[in-house]
Amino acid sequence: MTFGLHLAYWEQSLVRVLFVLVAVLIPAGTFVYVFLFKMMSFMQSRLGPMEAGPYGSLQLLAEVGKSLQKEDIFPERADRHLFAFAPYLVVGAVLLVYVVIPFGPDAYFANLDTGIFYALAVSSVSVIGILIAGWSSANKYSLMGGLRAAGQLIAYELPMVLAVVGVVIQAGTLNLKNIVGAQANGSMFGFSGLGNPYILTQIIGFGLFLLASQAELTQAPFDMPVAESELVSGYMTEYSGLRFLLFFIGEFASAGAFAALAATLYLGGWWLPGLDLNANYMNVVGPLVVLAKMMVVAFLIFWFRFTYPRFREDQLQTLAWKYLIPLALVNIMATAILKVVF
Amino acid sequence: MPEIPGLIKGLGVTFKTMLQPNVTVQYPHVKEAPAARARGVIALKEENCTVCMLCARQCPDWCIYIEGHKTKAPPRREGGKPRTVQLLDRFDIDFSLCMYCGICVEVCPFDALFWSPEFEYSEPRIGDLLHDKSKLGEWFLTVPDYTAYEAGAEVKQKKVPR
Repeated sequence: MTFGLHLAYWEQSLVRVLFVLVAVLIPAGTFVYVFLFKMMSFMQSRLGPMEAGPYGSLQLLAEVGKSLQKEDIFPERADRHLFAFAPYLVVGAVLLVYVVIPFGPDAYFANLDTGIFYALAVSSVSVIGILIAGWSSANKYSLMGGLRAAGQLIAYELPMVLAVVGVVIQAGTLNLKNIVGAQANGSMFGFSGLGNPYILTQIIGFGLFLLASQAELTQAPFDMPVAESELVSGYMTEYSGLRFLLFFIGEFASAGAFAALAATLYLGGWWLPGLDLNANYMNVVGPLVVLAKMMVVAFLIFWFRFTYPRFREDQLQTLAWKYLIPLALVNIMATAILKVVF
Repeated sequence: MPEIPGLIKGLGVTFKTMLQPNVTVQYPHVKEAPAARARGVIALKEENCTVCMLCARQCPDWCIYIEGHKTKAPPRREGGKPRTVQLLDRFDIDFSLCMYCGICVEVCPFDALFWSPEFEYSEPRIGDLLHDKSKLGEWFLTVPDYTAYEAGAEVKQKKVPR
């Protein structure tokens, strides 16, 4: 990421932080506008925002400006320090996921050997932030929402990790960059023109990953933790202004993070058939390819979100423990056996 | 898993809806003409009003305020007695109270009240929604003609007294 320049360590770090912010905020903003504002509206026979900018494209800026003007409210009995800290923890955990996602042969922030392990571990740190938010608000609704979120995120963390294990077995590496390489250099029945994107062999894992990330995002149909008809807004109930905005950014940034992970693990990351995996130009084209694939995955995620009604709490837990986890285990076994056989 | 076909069907419904064009009209930029007999605003033809107070008494919201006085008018025929007529001093409709039931228009025996389809008269101050008789008279200019009845109908077509 140094572009041939010789920068001091702190300068490199600064550049990296800026690039992470760009890599997080651009997809998050795009998701909010394209999916939350426009696609959701079209699915409900509405136009969505139309006034701010052409076709409402500047609506997001208006929303951010509005949120920043709001009074910063602390509930009287809230634990002020934790209450103030929780949103930053949630957003920070999401930012850390982007660190290992490769956008090109040299366009990555860190190339960890245990990349996918790190990404999944860090993504579940946000549970702690959500629990802190729920607890420190000193509000029944917030606490219930926080506990539900914690229970849900832990329950769906398992099928997600187990679904990824299938990819890891097939690629033979935990390094995200090498997983992309394994997909690009793979072949289907001796035909190597299209590589071997793991969505074909790991279609069950892809489905599990999507379902689990849907639940991790606490989006409908898995939005029991923020069920407005019973919990007002769950762990976010007492937040306003900038801190509410941070939770909002965190939600869509993590949608972007899971979409980017799914694109890397199952759709071949920055590689497209016909392009040279390690060429220099892929550092420019790669991020665009990743963004395009993220949009495809995010379309699926948000399509489910805007279609289905909410699960009941027990149905939600049943789905994870009784169906998704056994299915993921079967998937791992089948993958392992086929890996040994072929 | 008997739910699966329904779940997939649901996805199809939202996807189809997404591709359909919207019918929303962007109101302040694009305006639709309201139906000819839409209940937009109540118009008054002052000359027809006899201050009989029927509208004010029938109004469920008591949003019509009428004041008038008696006066002498010249006789209809040469040498007759001067007629006693009622003149309108005040005729106000408070559109912040009006619920657009149209009872006043129905009950008026002298064809002084009419519906007009104009609807763009919202005000920043609620007091400005009290329209006096000159304002109501201006609305009368916007009252459209009655549409023709079905061919062969025995009822005579009503005319707006211009």
